[in-house]
Amino acid sequence: MTRKQLGIPYAVFLICFVIAPLLVVLYYAFTNGEGYFTFANFIRFFTDQNTIGTLFYSLALSLCTTAVCLLIAYPTAYFLAQSKIKRKAVLLGLFIIPMWINFTLRIAALKEILTLIEGNLAFHPFLNSVVGMTYDFLPFMILPLYTTITKIDPSLGEASRDLGATRWETFTRVTIPLSLPGIISGVTMVFLPAMTNYVVLDMLYNSTYIMGSLIGSYFSAYDWNSGSMISIVLLIIIFLVTWATGGFKDEENARGALL
Amino acid sequence: MSDSTGNIIELRNIKKSFEDGFIAVRDFNLEVKKGEFVTFLGPSGCGKTTTLRMIAGFDIPTEGQILLNGKDISKLPPEKRPINTVFQRYALFPHLNIYDNIAFGLKLCKDKTYTKAQIKEKVRRALDIVDLEGFEKRSVATLSGGQQQRVAIARAIVNEPEILLLDEPLGALDLKMRKEMQLELKAMHDELGITFIYVTHDQEEALTMSDKVVVMSDGCIEQIGTPEEIYNEPQSVFVADFIGESNIFTGKMSGKKVARFLKADFPCLDDEPVGSQIDVVIRPEDIIITAPGAGKVDGEVQSVIFKGMHYEIVVMSGDNEVVIQTTRNAEVGQKIGMDIEPDGIHVIPADADINIFEGKVVSEGRVAFADGEFDADLTQLYPGSSYDADGNLVDAEGNTIDPSGAEILVKVPVTAPRMDDDKDVGGCVGNIISLIYKGDHYHYIVRTENEEDVHLHDEYLWNEGDLVSVVIPRESILLKFKDDAAVKA
Repeated sequence: MTRKQLGIPYAVFLICFVIAPLLVVLYYAFTNGEGYFTFANFIRFFTDQNTIGTLFYSLALSLCTTAVCLLIAYPTAYFLAQSKIKRKAVLLGLFIIPMWINFTLRIAALKEILTLIEGNLAFHPFLNSVVGMTYDFLPFMILPLYTTITKIDPSLGEASRDLGATRWETFTRVTIPLSLPGIISGVTMVFLPAMTNYVVLDMLYNSTYIMGSLIGSYFSAYDWNSGSMISIVLLIIIFLVTWATGGFKDEENARGALL
Repeated sequence: MSDSTGNIIELRNIKKSFEDGFIAVRDFNLEVKKGEFVTFLGPSGCGKTTTLRMIAGFDIPTEGQILLNGKDISKLPPEKRPINTVFQRYALFPHLNIYDNIAFGLKLCKDKTYTKAQIKEKVRRALDIVDLEGFEKRSVATLSGGQQQRVAIARAIVNEPEILLLDEPLGALDLKMRKEMQLELKAMHDELGITFIYVTHDQEEALTMSDKVVVMSDGCIEQIGTPEEIYNEPQSVFVADFIGESNIFTGKMSGKKVARFLKADFPCLDDEPVGSQIDVVIRPEDIIITAPGAGKVDGEVQSVIFKGMHYEIVVMSGDNEVVIQTTRNAEVGQKIGMDIEPDGIHVIPADADINIFEGKVVSEGRVAFADGEFDADLTQLYPGSSYDADGNLVDAEGNTIDPSGAEILVKVPVTAPRMDDDKDVGGCVGNIISLIYKGDHYHYIVRTENEEDVHLHDEYLWNEGDLVSVVIPRESILLKFKDDAAVKA
């Protein structure tokens, strides 16, 4: 068997489940119910108050979730990486193991806790959603950060101190810039899923639509065309974000920092 | 108050032990004059880098003081010390270009603020000194090892430190590059007038560059001196063995300024007490080849190796191996005579030829010392005592004696112990931490887990670090009560 032949199973998978569906989505996005080519879906997306509102709500939710995740994850990952504790793996496991528990189960538990605190979940739907998503996505932020920070040569920190930088200056001028690949990796892994994961909202009784729920609602109403157009728009946003953060650069440290 | 001594930095009774109990440096005392080039030289793990890190401020001494211009800085964080370091693996910031790497310290300078133009000019001059003009915009990754090394030096000297620390800065360079950089660093030192403290395990590097060499071993200073002093007048067998090549023979002072070794008497310049045990150090180039019978000793040539500048000839004289470096060739098997001028003979008072341990009698016939238990003849402790038919220790009247628990002093001549690979054979187990060849045997030091050292001689070569068990014959273990008053009849 040649090495090329080893790639066949994946090629088949790629064609059946990635390329073909993508073409189908593209077809639906630019056709109307009768199958004729049209830009109407596209125009409707950007003129409809509801869809634009949903887009901004999703962006706001995503941004907040990402920011909260980063604020919690960076110090955690930093101290985990810097600590001289021998059983670092155990400590790291404490953050990773929740991922092994079924996600709906986790959100259900969170719902009970939030209800206990707030009395009624309906009072703070946005806040609850941010909490839920943070709970869900935090490990995805911690892991790439932890990996990049542990890879930073400790002698760079010493060199910085040696050249007159205080601990804080060393942190801002050396540690943060060098952990940037991890930050970018973590941000993309949290920001993008947070725009579409409407299950969290559903379970926490947040009735506001985000992009994911919008697609779902169109599809369940058999409006394949509008649903597909939103998917395409999301795809473009993801592409732009990845491109802007340097995700397409051929650098070993840009991606794959996870695990 | 400080400059009366002219010392820029003083280390006083420095000791550094780590959390796991490992003592990296102890009894370290050193004075460095302004503008000196001082080198810490020693094998890896001898504590030289730890000492440098304490001067830089990355490690805080457990005990002792570091005085900079008379002021104690031993607790000061690294950023507050006017000291800069060139790191072993350069430690250049990969996210900054060469300019920003070098300007890093200047931009942070708290004493005075530099304008952009001033920083630019200083960086340009620093790059000029290290011969990298025009490299400002390059990224670190595009530079070769040697160039990165130069940037690391530029980054340190641009801050005009009072002391520049260099931690094996040439270790990662190839031989040719290293030789070039040695000369350049020396020239830089002369030009800048900054005090250099340099760490290396390469003795040639230390001798070439330094004003003062600090030879270290096992966390302690073995000798401080100029390169000439270190080479010509080693104060211990360790220094003689570590610096340059040398023949080391055991011998005795047979008269006033006469040393006896290789079964012959040699007049020498050192005045040790007559009759005392000595180690004699002779550099291979100081042995003169004569016609057979014309020198003090004769020998037979075992091997000849051409080394470019000279021949290295190994001669057997009796049981002793003698290494000679000479420009004259010789034939294998040839009989030759050898002579040594008095100034070529360096005499060092010998290491103790007896091991002394504190120990305890554990039970009849067994004593514990040096982290182990050995069979010993306990009759030595009680004059007139003997073993009866059942193997019990009895005194002259036949009463049983139970010496268990008695504190004792144990003496073992260095020639008595033997090493064995089988861990169960000997009385104690340890690692070989030092070996020095002395003509017809090796002098080994075996260190046990709890840092008891056993000195012993062996004619065969073992490796440093080997885990061995030490076998001591019963009759070579000499016992004495630690406190004679404790003897209970």
